[in-house]
Amino acid sequence: MEITFYIAATVAVLATVMVITRYNMIHALLYLVVSFLAVAVVFLTMGAPFMAALEVIVYAGAIVVLIIFVIMMLSLTREDVEQEKAWLQPKLWIGPALLSFVLLAELVYLLAIAEVPTAPSVASYVDAQAVGLALYGPYVLGVQLSGILLMAGIVGAYHLGRQKKKVIHRFLQQQEPQKERSAAL
Amino acid sequence: MTAIPIETGLLLAGVLFMLGLISVMIRRNVIFMLISVEIMLNAAGLAFIVAGSHWAQPDGQIMFIFILTMAAAEVSVGLALILQIYHQLKTLNSDAANFMKG
Repeated sequence: MEITFYIAATVAVLATVMVITRYNMIHALLYLVVSFLAVAVVFLTMGAPFMAALEVIVYAGAIVVLIIFVIMMLSLTREDVEQEKAWLQPKLWIGPALLSFVLLAELVYLLAIAEVPTAPSVASYVDAQAVGLALYGPYVLGVQLSGILLMAGIVGAYHLGRQKKKVIHRFLQQQEPQKERSAAL
Repeated sequence: MTAIPIETGLLLAGVLFMLGLISVMIRRNVIFMLISVEIMLNAAGLAFIVAGSHWAQPDGQIMFIFILTMAAAEVSVGLALILQIYHQLKTLNSDAANFMKG
């Protein structure tokens, strides 16, 4: 089980590196699916099978497909890939990458010196029943807040994604029939 | 089930989060920035799962469910905003949207 975790972790990191270095958006999204599936395998080895299923369904299924639909609506061409290649010059990404690596080195150092308390139990398997009992027990307020958040997301996405008609003030609207009338006269 | 050390899982979460952070800083395309934010949210959820797995409690997985909900709402609103930006400006360059006159 341990070797499965390390293989899946390596695949996840490599796929994420491929995501952030691709110029073509669809290629990046395919690598993103691979990354999410690898993280789902990591969840499975961590003893969270329900979360692995949710990761596959929601992240690799719903969210990536949503982004793919939007990319299809934008009708991008080969010039956009060239534009992306022109934007991603080494002198632009070397600075943020180095600074982020400094932060990662600090994180590794802090993790190395940290004294983690030992786990109370050896078995780390938490099945879906325990998650459901806790979700609708102590965390039921969070479930309701999630419902409100999803509702706000739906309304916000509909409101923002709508193609707005051009609104003309009624004083300005009255000029158009007059113009037509004068043209008819 | 053999226990994976918590440091290794947190290290994986940190590496994934850093990759997303680098990508959100170096990209100029808004869709790539949204993808990077998804990577970072996924890494944060992974850290919760690792911690919940270490103590064998369901709380970490519940936090992951909440992060999942938030990511779904965020990506739908973000994609609607991207569509509006593309229709207004005819480009995906985030630098082109640095004014607030619609």
